[in-house]
Amino acid sequence: MEGTVTAFVLALTALGLSLVFGVMRIVNVAHGEFFMLGAVLAWGFTALIPELPFWGFMLALLAAPVCVAAIAVIADALVLRRLNYEPEATIVATIGLLYILQQSVLTLYGPNAQPVVAPISFRVVLPWFGYSGYKLVVIGAAALLLIGVWYAITRTKFGLVMRATQFDRETAQAFGVPVKLVYAAVFALGAALAAIAGVLVVPLQQAHYLMGLDPLLLSFIVVIIGGLDSLKGTVVAAFIIGLSDGIISMFFSPTLAKIIATLAVALVLVWRPQGLFGARAR
Amino acid sequence: MTGRARVWVLHGGVILLLFLLQFVLPDYHHTNVARIMVLATYAIGYNLLIGYTGLLSLGHAMFFATGLYGAGLPIYYFGLHPVAGFLLGALLALVLAFVVGLIVLRTSGVAFMIVTMMFAQAFFLATLYFNGVTRGDEGLVLAAEARRFGFLGLDLDLAEPATRYNMALSLFTGALLICLALVRSPLGRVMIAIRENEERTRMLGYNARDYKLLALSLSGLLSGAAGAAYVLLFAYMGSSFAAIQYSILPLLWVLLGGIGTVIGPLIGTALMFYLIDKTSEVMQSYLIVVGAVLVALVLFFPKGLAGTLRQRYARWLP
Amino acid sequence: MSFLRTEALSRSFGGLAAVAGVDLSVEPGEIRAIIGPNGAGKTTLVSLISGRVPPSSGRIEFDGDDITALKPWERVLRGIVYTFQITSIFRNLTLAENVMLAAQRAASRDQPLWRGLDDRAVTQAVDAALERVGLASRAQELAGELAYGHQRLLEVAMGLALRPKLLILDEPTQGLSEQEIADFCALVRSIAMDATILLIEHNMDVVMALAQRITVMNNGALLAEGTPDQIMNHAEVQRAYLGT
Repeated sequence: MEGTVTAFVLALTALGLSLVFGVMRIVNVAHGEFFMLGAVLAWGFTALIPELPFWGFMLALLAAPVCVAAIAVIADALVLRRLNYEPEATIVATIGLLYILQQSVLTLYGPNAQPVVAPISFRVVLPWFGYSGYKLVVIGAAALLLIGVWYAITRTKFGLVMRATQFDRETAQAFGVPVKLVYAAVFALGAALAAIAGVLVVPLQQAHYLMGLDPLLLSFIVVIIGGLDSLKGTVVAAFIIGLSDGIISMFFSPTLAKIIATLAVALVLVWRPQGLFGARAR
Repeated sequence: MTGRARVWVLHGGVILLLFLLQFVLPDYHHTNVARIMVLATYAIGYNLLIGYTGLLSLGHAMFFATGLYGAGLPIYYFGLHPVAGFLLGALLALVLAFVVGLIVLRTSGVAFMIVTMMFAQAFFLATLYFNGVTRGDEGLVLAAEARRFGFLGLDLDLAEPATRYNMALSLFTGALLICLALVRSPLGRVMIAIRENEERTRMLGYNARDYKLLALSLSGLLSGAAGAAYVLLFAYMGSSFAAIQYSILPLLWVLLGGIGTVIGPLIGTALMFYLIDKTSEVMQSYLIVVGAVLVALVLFFPKGLAGTLRQRYARWLP
Repeated sequence: MSFLRTEALSRSFGGLAAVAGVDLSVEPGEIRAIIGPNGAGKTTLVSLISGRVPPSSGRIEFDGDDITALKPWERVLRGIVYTFQITSIFRNLTLAENVMLAAQRAASRDQPLWRGLDDRAVTQAVDAALERVGLASRAQELAGELAYGHQRLLEVAMGLALRPKLLILDEPTQGLSEQEIADFCALVRSIAMDATILLIEHNMDVVMALAQRITVMNNGALLAEGTPDQIMNHAEVQRAYLGT
């Protein structure tokens, strides 16, 4: 059950990274910071109305992703677009962005971890174990979002335009697709997905300015295993990683598990860059 | 003056200036400049790869830290002679770079960046995992006796500021001369050719993979030598030197000073060192300058200081 | 015994056969032109010979050895030199540096680079190669600043400095003036004194002036082969070219 929560949150975060890579062909190293911003903003919004924790959380769930998406749009316009999305320069720039976002949060929010109260506090009591109802909410919300994103990509006009841009930027442009707008929207969407994951996680894990690093590395792992290009692969890989995380840690120390996983994934990227689940060879 | 004479005058002048600086600098800056020279050696090693061969690594901290621990741990635990420790640290970094290179050079571009980063991350985690040996983030401090030794009839004490300064200067001079000689040699020419157009280089009869492996190994060797010197001269080794930040710093130094220039790494390291130093005095979140400078460089100043100088005024700058 | 021989050489890209079962045989010292309409597979064929593209099937023999499995740089060391159709020079380096890369490779053919080179011999080879293509006076200019036609001549100079046994020229006269083309033809004849030449060319005047034999390709296969006169009067060739 613990693993299921991890898997859903990870799937959301990694889906954001994967969308951005898939459509824009850039690796966003600052992606974990969007996750962190979501969590920190959730703390900020719930603190606005401490007497109404449920509505405070609902506010955070809506407003935090919007704020983070806005930051992403600004970053896209001011930095990424000016680099013409040149892959290597973009990575260096997003490393810079990582430091800027993380250190800004440190300045404004301080170095301490802050808790956020879960919006609901019922427990599901089953015959053999009790369970926090909030975790079920996280799973439900994340599942809805994953389905929503999948629907948006495969069934809507925006999804069509997005896939056209992904397939061939120049041709899409020639056919009147507003590529700049699509890129900005995809970057914002990717950031918002990470931010929502951050909001959902924060009642379970406290908000802290350094909390972006782990989701970033895990998302990298997921996207590489799942195939740099494949949304389905990303979700499948998120579940495998999320569910196996607990199992591996039972046999090894968490650090050793991380070392092995990191090396294994690096080797996957060297020998099977299309991922273990990606069907297309390139 | 011919191009060749200018090159020697410029770089000789920089070395001479660094030598003379030690007699006028106050204590605080004396230590800082010694540290900058060691870190600039690391940057020169990094620049061999990114600047002259065109490979952007995000994992060089593993080579720096290999030098650091490869020298520091045997000295700390077994009382190894510091000179032997230095050579061992540098050699281990060379071996690691060669072995890692065999694997990571199957990739290029973005994949190369991510794979090197992941290898370095695994290395960093390993320094935490072997906490019992390395003491992780807390780190280890070399005892004063371990840094006093006889070498070639000299009694040296690395805690002595003048000794430390001149050791750092010797290391830096060595790295600068190696780099200078290399990039002007036939070998350096091939490295630059790979940076400019790898496919064409192959069709001129060069096995590009072998030359990239050589460049990566040399780069690892210099980075490791810097790490080994660091633990000897400043007596401290800790996991933070293996963390991702120490892979990003040399990138920042080289970009600022001028990618693909011999003198750039020193300029970039010195500027960034003092910029971070000054910022940390006034604010807690001083690392924001790392981010701000990185973004600004990529956007507005991709050639860096020495690179821009070369483009505008001095085509002869190597 | 042929100098260069391909046997049933084939290459397809995603199911599309660019070169299909080509048996080509070239004699030493020959100037061989390969002609054919666009998309006939000429560039793919010479890419297979130079090793830039691995074959799907078939064999390549050069100077008595099977070289099918050799990497492109190993073929260069054996004397197979390719000059690119789409100009591929080092734009940010000077002309001299461009040719130097080729010359130092030729000088260190039998030993690793770090074993030391005869600097003076390398410099002389660079000067000589630039002299032969008529670019000696511009040795210190950046290659990217040359006009297109001159960039193609620089490609040839790089090829020359490699001291080729087989020089593959892929549309070398594109972008050259009448006078430059005439000079170029003289240059190719002088190169042919000690090398074999494969020439892909659209300009039929150049082909007729230079080639001893002509190979015609169409749809990835050999259509005809013969002396210039035979080819001019070949019915099928005329059909392929004129579409009648």
